[in-house]
Amino acid sequence: MSYFLIFFSAAIVNNFVLAYFLGICPFVGVSKRVSSAVSMGMAVTFVMLITAVVTWLIYHLILVPFDVVILQYVSFILVIASLVQLVEMFIRKVSKPLYDTLGIFLPLITTNCAILGLALFSVLRDYSFMESVVFGLGAGAGFTLALVIMAGIREELELAPVPKYFQGAAITMIVAGGLALAFMGFAGMI
Amino acid sequence: MSSTATLKTEFIKGIWKENPVMASLLGLCPTLAVTNAANNGLAMGLATTFVLLSSSLMISALRNFIPHQVRIAGYIVIIATFVTVADRFLAAYFPVISASLGPYIPLIVVNCLILGRQEAFSSRNGIGRSLLDSLGMGIGFIIVLVVLGIIREILGSGSIFGIAILGDWFTPWMVMILPPGAFLTLGILIALANWYNDPSRSKEGRAVS
Repeated sequence: MSYFLIFFSAAIVNNFVLAYFLGICPFVGVSKRVSSAVSMGMAVTFVMLITAVVTWLIYHLILVPFDVVILQYVSFILVIASLVQLVEMFIRKVSKPLYDTLGIFLPLITTNCAILGLALFSVLRDYSFMESVVFGLGAGAGFTLALVIMAGIREELELAPVPKYFQGAAITMIVAGGLALAFMGFAGMI
Repeated sequence: MSSTATLKTEFIKGIWKENPVMASLLGLCPTLAVTNAANNGLAMGLATTFVLLSSSLMISALRNFIPHQVRIAGYIVIIATFVTVADRFLAAYFPVISASLGPYIPLIVVNCLILGRQEAFSSRNGIGRSLLDSLGMGIGFIIVLVVLGIIREILGSGSIFGIAILGDWFTPWMVMILPPGAFLTLGILIALANWYNDPSRSKEGRAVS
């Protein structure tokens, strides 16, 4: 499969949030403001990219040669948890302003199912190294896209007369349903 | 989490008052992803409850031995181990269900519901109390998953647990078994729960914060 197809499929057609339901927690939690949605999206894309590289190397250079594929969940999640920690320390050293913007979101990325989902899907689909990297980029772009659109809608929603019982989480789900419906329109493209 | 709470309340609270999905919006990813049929919802709920129970047992037993600084990493390793057990078990004995749930079984590792209960409850309470708490939360989770699965399966395929109940006159709403149906159904269920818990409607007072 060509790299462009993988990228396009991960970002739009099989959007991680709206088609695979991965990363719903930050999608509901951090989508109140467009600015924080952009920061969160960038942080997740960054971690996804590194995760794609590192988990591919671990799976193909360590787990498969030593025949311990059964340990993949344990090793992947440990690697992701320590990667997030490293990224957090690195950003704090290099760029204090960026760290302050992302601050609270960074530790949360560990339990973002989109990251582990990315690693699992690359293994499941038997991607090559470059394909995994492109897949990671595409998934990150798709996540950012969904998050930013959602934040834009929710900023408008604050001014809308939402029925009493639908306020909060319920209307967020309904809006996400509408978005998912819209993204389904891309389904025939690949 | 006060020690005065009776064992019964520890068990009951997960089912409705602090229901992981409806009240705290935890574990949404599997809730939405696998409930296109009641069977899948039930299997996912049972697998999650198994992992929740076993890791609660382990973590509440080890709570005085795990150093505070590395506790999260410790919990994650314990949870991931039990998820591997559940995944291999399903793959060996229920290959059909295992295939239809796909990567959502390993994703139980990052289900916030499980890590949340360990951090908030099992790491501070004894084994018995933690098991009761996990059992309540697990049952609450299973109920939501099965209810969602039943609603989506009836409307989307005209059947319950794979048995056709609606006749030929019924045109299935394809959208209900596709991703948008999951979001819409859960949104309506949450709104219904808000209505049920509304203090101005019932004299019990608000249960959902």
